[in-house]
Amino acid sequence: MDATGRPQSLLLLGGTSEIGLAVADAWAERSPGLRVVLAARPGERRDAAAARLEGRGCRVEVHDFDALDDGAHVRVVEKARAGGDVDVAVVAYGVLGDPELAWQDPEEAGRVARTNYTAPVLSGVALGAMVRAQGHGVVVALSSVAGERPRRSNFVYGSSKAGMDAFYTGLGEALRPIGGRVLVVRPGFVRSRMTAGLDAAPLAVGPEEVARAVVDGVAAGREQVWVPRPLRPVMSTLRHLPRPVFRRLPL
Amino acid sequence: MSAGAPTVLHGWGRTSPSVATVRTPVTADEVAAAVRGAGDRGVLARGLGRSYGDPAQNAGGTVLDMTHRRGVRRLDVDAAVVEVEAGTSLDELLRVLLGVGLTLPVQPGTRQVSVGGAIAADVHGKNHHVAGSFGAHVRWVDLLTADGAVQRLRPDGPDPELFWGTVGGMGLTGVVLRAELSVRRVETSSVVVTSERHGDLGEVMDALTRLDHEAEYSVAWFDSVSRGRGSGRGVVLSGHDARLDELPVAQRRTPYAVPPPRSVAVPLVPPVSLVNRLSGRAFNELWFRRAPRHPGTGVEHAFGFFQPLDGVASWNRLYGPRGLAQYQLAVPHDAAAVVPEVVAAVAASGHVSCLNVLKRFGPGTPSPLSFPMPGWTLALDLPVAPGLAGLLDRLDAMVLEAGGRVYLAKDSRTPAHHLAAMYPDLPRFAALRRRVDPEGRFASDLARRLGLLTPTPAREARP
Ligand SMILES: Cc1cc2nc3c(=O)[nH]c(=O)nc-3n(C[C@H](O)[C@H](O)[C@H](O)COP(=O)(O)OP(=O)(O)OC[C@H]3O[C@@H](n4cnc5c(N)ncnc54)[C@H](O)[C@@H]3O)c2cc1C
Ligand SMILES: NC(=O)c1ccc[n+]([C@@H]2O[C@H](COP(=O)([O-])OP(=O)(O)OC[C@H]3O[C@@H](n4cnc5c(N)ncnc54)[C@H](OP(=O)(O)O)[C@@H]3O)[C@@H](O)[C@H]2O)c1
Repeated sequence: MDATGRPQSLLLLGGTSEIGLAVADAWAERSPGLRVVLAARPGERRDAAAARLEGRGCRVEVHDFDALDDGAHVRVVEKARAGGDVDVAVVAYGVLGDPELAWQDPEEAGRVARTNYTAPVLSGVALGAMVRAQGHGVVVALSSVAGERPRRSNFVYGSSKAGMDAFYTGLGEALRPIGGRVLVVRPGFVRSRMTAGLDAAPLAVGPEEVARAVVDGVAAGREQVWVPRPLRPVMSTLRHLPRPVFRRLPL
Repeated sequence: MSAGAPTVLHGWGRTSPSVATVRTPVTADEVAAAVRGAGDRGVLARGLGRSYGDPAQNAGGTVLDMTHRRGVRRLDVDAAVVEVEAGTSLDELLRVLLGVGLTLPVQPGTRQVSVGGAIAADVHGKNHHVAGSFGAHVRWVDLLTADGAVQRLRPDGPDPELFWGTVGGMGLTGVVLRAELSVRRVETSSVVVTSERHGDLGEVMDALTRLDHEAEYSVAWFDSVSRGRGSGRGVVLSGHDARLDELPVAQRRTPYAVPPPRSVAVPLVPPVSLVNRLSGRAFNELWFRRAPRHPGTGVEHAFGFFQPLDGVASWNRLYGPRGLAQYQLAVPHDAAAVVPEVVAAVAASGHVSCLNVLKRFGPGTPSPLSFPMPGWTLALDLPVAPGLAGLLDRLDAMVLEAGGRVYLAKDSRTPAHHLAAMYPDLPRFAALRRRVDPEGRFASDLARRLGLLTPTPAREARP
């Protein structure tokens, strides 16, 4: 990482996430020759992502990674480190799930909870060890405003993001004295593959806007950002609404 | 020696901090033990942390704080040579030297620099055009290498390659334990200083060129904010060591007086940079107006002339939490046109630099990584702010085009693929490292960032 906040290497856990790739694009533009490590499930999406980043002048490495494989987190972080220090790691994977199934069907509930909470905790443990070994490193955690106040409409997803958000907030404190920093990113509605087919919520943004907030937030040494910014006061208000009022809101 | 605790280290610019295990060896045996005991992230000597970026950091590895190894070992006044421990500050050393009518032949802009750091960065001063850099006055160094052995190296051998690789080598060849320096006799601890104000950069450059042959010391401060006609207006300072008969009568009985160590300090880091467009503009104006309109000559203490900033400790904190980036470039004489281009680019950028220094360099040393080259050098102090990376990238392009380079002791952001073009002797340095440190024990954040440990080939930046 240089003095202006430009990384030389980037690890994307969830290397096919649209938001994660927008972050890679934003940094690729600023750091010629950026090393990008894509940790993702194999497939066309991953191949396409690697080809596109190479076209933008990045040195791309690809590693198989399934977040639901408990041992994969440490393994993939070690593989990424073998090619040199990791300046920034983005925890980008996640699933929205089927909200109604997710609170009634044990399998779907478990998939959402494990992908969005247990797996990020395991990633965080592996990234914490990486920071300790390197003596530096920035972790970007893609949380969500959905975790700030659970809604009836998707509370399993919301609860998993709430747990993930709390974990990475705490991890930020734990890594400070050993040279690490954590940026917790709380987007609202982002128009991406994850939300395809859903009606955009107010204050919806594109993946590039999240990417810009991440790049600026890392350069400025921020610990948390909302995207777009006005969501911070909005969420602060929503968090304090009495439940009977909140319940009636069309969210 | 302390067992070593994880410590956050940063450079003077306070950017890109990282954590290393800091140990405080004193004896050569302790240094050797710490070098041998270093883990896979390697080990690095650190002096007083006055380099601006990340050269004195070694994230995840071991850092040897050398400042406990200090003191003058031997001073031969007649021969004007001094043997000194590497962790001694130039401030401490100068106070000893001036006491017996001697001074350092090369003095950087702060005395809070260790002898080891001055050698490792091959520092320069206001007399570079006549005296060369610090390394040119080193008679020998005791270098502890990766194998734990100590060798006494001289410029003309044994192992001149390793001597010159260590000069300017940014700590990557080993740990300098001790050095013998040639020093210089002076009649007083003062300098006769002439100050001239010039209305634009062209005049400033003409004055500096003329002073090459007239002055022992010369340097210019220029305005980096004004655009158009007054662009690059500046104050040119020149001088020579004051002779006894040049001192005011009252001072002649104590010609070697030195002021007591300073005490004022900036107590804490403000939440935002206090150096911004507004204060920077005011500073540039004030600095220019402060100088007399017509050339004026006076006698000034050497400390005030050489190290005007040393009066306030921790002034770097004024730049707030994001810190500051120094940008110091050197370009050959035939590329002098780059100087006004750079000044215009900075003035147009909206980024404000306060401490803008312009100077002419004389010949460099044979060191592969030493910064000075015959030509012009220009330094800027810029608060880190959005858009700064882009501005400095544009300056890099101008410097590269001109066959110039940036100063590693001040660097915190140069893209690695520029390095080979800036330092054409890089392969020689890499070969030296392979020979004396085949396992790559010595490492630093700067070295990792710039690929000095595993050199990357020069590459065209994408448009
Ligand atoms: C206000 C200010 C003004 C300055 N003005 C000038 C100037 O006019 N001219 C100029 O040339 N520079 C100038 N500098 C830069 C400064 O002189 C150099 O960065 C110098 O290297 C700092 O020495 P240090 O002891 O603080 O070293 P550090 O910053 O601690 O370390 C710098 C490098 O030296 C190496 N090193 C330190 N000690 C040893 C050792 N014992 N053995 C081997 N390697 C070692 C480190 O590994 C590192 O790579 C200025 C800096 C400041 C803050
Ligand atoms: N979109 C939004 O509105 C929004 C809002 C706030 C927060 N977020 C969060 O932002 C992050 C990125 O989302 P996005 O919008 O970029 O959506 P996306 O493009 O769908 O990305 C999600 C990624 O997660 C990966 N993934 C899912 N399960 C995985 C597993 N078991 N192992 C490895 N990878 C797995 C997917 O990889 P495959 O390609 O292999 O399927 C996919 O690339 C998510 O954490 C999301 O919760 C999104």
